[in-house]
Amino acid sequence: MNKGSKLAMGIAALSILLVGCGKATSSTSRKGSSEPLSGKVTAVGSTALQPLAAKAGANFTSKNSKVNLTVQGGGSGTGLSQVQAGAVSIGDSDIFAEEKAGIKADKLTDHKVAVVGMAPVVNKDTGVKNLKMAQLKKIFTGKITNWKEVGGKDQKIVIINRAQGSGTRATFENAVLKGATAVKSQEQDSNGAVQKIVSSTPGAISYLAFSYFTNKLQAVSIDNVTPTDNNVQTNKWKIWSYEHMYTKGTPDKATAAFLKYMDSKDVQNSLVKDMGYISIHDMKVTKDAKGVVTQN
Amino acid sequence: MNAKRTDLIATIVIDLIVASVVGILFFLLAYILTAGLPHVSWSFLTGATDAFSGAGGIGVQLFNSFYLLVLTMLISVPISLGAGIYLAEYAKDNWRTSLIRSAIEVLSSLPSVVVGLFGFLLFVVKFKIGFSVISGAIALTFFNLPLLTRNIEESLSAVSRSQREAGLSLGLSKWKTEIGIILPVALPGIVTGIVLSAGRVFGEAAALIYTAGQSAPVTNFADWNPMDAASPLNPFRPAETLAVHIWKVNTEGLASNAATLSAAASAVLIIAVLLFNLGARLLGSYLYRRVTASK
Amino acid sequence: MEQTNLQLKKQDAQTHEWDTRLHHATKATREDWVGRGVSYFCIGIIILVVASMLWFITSKGIATFTQNHVNLWKFLSGTSWAPDQGQIGALPMIVGSFAVTFAAAIVATPFAVGTAIFMTEISPNKGRKFLQPVIELLVGIPSVVYGFIGLAVIVPFMRHLVGGSGFGIISATFVLFVMVLPTITSMTVDSLRAVPRFYKEASLALGATRWQTVSRVILRSATSGILTAIIFGMARAFGEALAVQMVIGNAAIMPKNLISPASTLTSQLTTGIGDTIDGTLPNNALWSLALILLLMSLFFNALVRIIAKRGQLKHEC
Repeated sequence: MNKGSKLAMGIAALSILLVGCGKATSSTSRKGSSEPLSGKVTAVGSTALQPLAAKAGANFTSKNSKVNLTVQGGGSGTGLSQVQAGAVSIGDSDIFAEEKAGIKADKLTDHKVAVVGMAPVVNKDTGVKNLKMAQLKKIFTGKITNWKEVGGKDQKIVIINRAQGSGTRATFENAVLKGATAVKSQEQDSNGAVQKIVSSTPGAISYLAFSYFTNKLQAVSIDNVTPTDNNVQTNKWKIWSYEHMYTKGTPDKATAAFLKYMDSKDVQNSLVKDMGYISIHDMKVTKDAKGVVTQN
Repeated sequence: MNAKRTDLIATIVIDLIVASVVGILFFLLAYILTAGLPHVSWSFLTGATDAFSGAGGIGVQLFNSFYLLVLTMLISVPISLGAGIYLAEYAKDNWRTSLIRSAIEVLSSLPSVVVGLFGFLLFVVKFKIGFSVISGAIALTFFNLPLLTRNIEESLSAVSRSQREAGLSLGLSKWKTEIGIILPVALPGIVTGIVLSAGRVFGEAAALIYTAGQSAPVTNFADWNPMDAASPLNPFRPAETLAVHIWKVNTEGLASNAATLSAAASAVLIIAVLLFNLGARLLGSYLYRRVTASK
Repeated sequence: MEQTNLQLKKQDAQTHEWDTRLHHATKATREDWVGRGVSYFCIGIIILVVASMLWFITSKGIATFTQNHVNLWKFLSGTSWAPDQGQIGALPMIVGSFAVTFAAAIVATPFAVGTAIFMTEISPNKGRKFLQPVIELLVGIPSVVYGFIGLAVIVPFMRHLVGGSGFGIISATFVLFVMVLPTITSMTVDSLRAVPRFYKEASLALGATRWQTVSRVILRSATSGILTAIIFGMARAFGEALAVQMVIGNAAIMPKNLISPASTLTSQLTTGIGDTIDGTLPNNALWSLALILLLMSLFFNALVRIIAKRGQLKHEC
């Protein structure tokens, strides 16, 4: 028993010691360039960006074995508040820091690493493949409640919204609702859950990132514009957002190298596309934090 | 007689209830095992996970689950043993003890998600330990403590008074009596309690998502120095466990076979819990025989 | 002279020795001090953890009212939940949590008590060898697995049975029923086993049938234990997050009936916490929900205490 509690205390003491060590190593990483790149990089936040960051991170560490790189989910809000607090080196976010109340965006540096297109998806039974933007808005504000009003079956519309405050929902509401309030409905916080629910629930409608489309659900065109990468690049398809990696102050060497790697052709031309994101280099337009789109 | 008929009816009703409970349980097990087992293979058990889609093996997650369990038990068993002895032996029946008991019960009924978020803000954010095995182990300890403490106290109190008196009359201290006489007798009960809580710890996801983290960096299983970053024993690396992996594959995974993957992982999880149960039971009875020198 | 001196010295030494023995701690006493110290230390750690958790959640949870100046009554009675727009009405979640908790407890209790009676009175052998391990195994099934079985089996079943989307209170009730069943059962078994043997023997000796013995003697003297088991089951249901979140639909609206989508305190907490910024109203509002969860578990505990006290009184009479 006595031994046991000593052990517990030992572990506690050890943890304090090791944390100290962890800090020491990360600060010594900014030495001469002749040494191999080393240090600790932690990226936390957006679950939509997590798979890409994790895969790119794995490739990056295979080249720089001294760098200890970890990628975590937790949501855009977590990512932004963590990077603002200085707890992590990179905060992943689906939305601009300016859009989040409580984040001092001017203290953070934005690195856009990819673009994600999103589209409404419906259950296949509804018989709807195209909607007008106004109709879509009316559906999500609760003014249209049956699919027959938009040319589908006589079936009640079941709205599956995304979690309040999530980046996906913010993007969708900015592009579709334009300030109107969505009707209260079911909410799901992950792409996987939405995918499952929409494909199995009669009359369901929700929205998903392009990479989550499957043949079990119907992606809906808006005003006869199909949700494709090309249409996003020219902004013909309006529902899209950047994936951001935010840093605070000057990033340390390892972090800077990783961000540079994210922007390199290696990642942008192969990895990003393979995974269903759109390369930041292919965009023919730029969107700012207020949603104003300008041609490049 | 009326009473006899009531007795018969009651027995039948209870039998039916038990049958339906067993039915539900077996449906659950059969569902998980039939959906999952066909996809379990050696390469699945030992392979690495694809960081992007979540497809591939669960080798690292499986190791993480066990490692986290061991660490959690290393921290929580001694503490709850001491606390259990306090409650069974030293605590007087007064308002202070009653307050302590309430505190333990409050801790046990706290939703695991709240415990997880507490661990997240305290260890990950405040102490800057980051998403790590140790943060996860401490968070798990928090909700493991009350269960274990209560179980140990009950097992100790269940030992008959005469054993205690025998120890004291031999001139042994209270403490010696407790450790040398009462504890061995109570051991099988305590081991069962540890098994039960181990099962809970093994399957816990909500408390770990924000503490041990959701990524399983590839570890070098040839490196057993706990100080190295790539070592599987390093308590400061993030460690996605099997249960968290199931949750993640199901919610965010892009793998086309997410359903079969999670079914397979669930099957492995349940088999692991089962093996763990059996092993600990055998250990418990073996210990009992050894310590009490009874056949 | 010298001899007497020596004798005196010897005597002195002896009295001194007796003195030390009588007035100073023996080995056993010292052992006890160490043991006492260790066990006090351990209980101290637990108290510290509980206290810091209470302080932490409370201070986070009341920030909604102290910093954002949300009216407490509006928080508890408001039915509109949209923290981003400053609407903090938690009633839909409170109602949702209570609805699923009570429904699950009501469904689970007869099953749990019946199983426990079977395990202790009807067939203790089968109970120990067969049912006990299965129930322990069920505790080990992670809630995510329950959630996905719910999503794959119960939700479609409910959709076919009663129509609608299948998501809602009734689906959550069924998932929670299976989840709290092992908790209530194993605790009920414990309390039935704790009934002294001679109660049962006395009853049987008086010629009572097994059911009479069970219903009038064993269940009655174990009432407080069974109620405690039910309350613990309810506490678990109240606090369950992932499984409920997957099948209840997460709609922050007042539940109209058992099949309409609803949300609970925990489901709202898990969905929202990652998307909010520390220190802002949406984040504080979620912590206020956590505070309600905490207060509820305090309440459940108080209930357990009251029941235990009543049980004691009855025994003494």
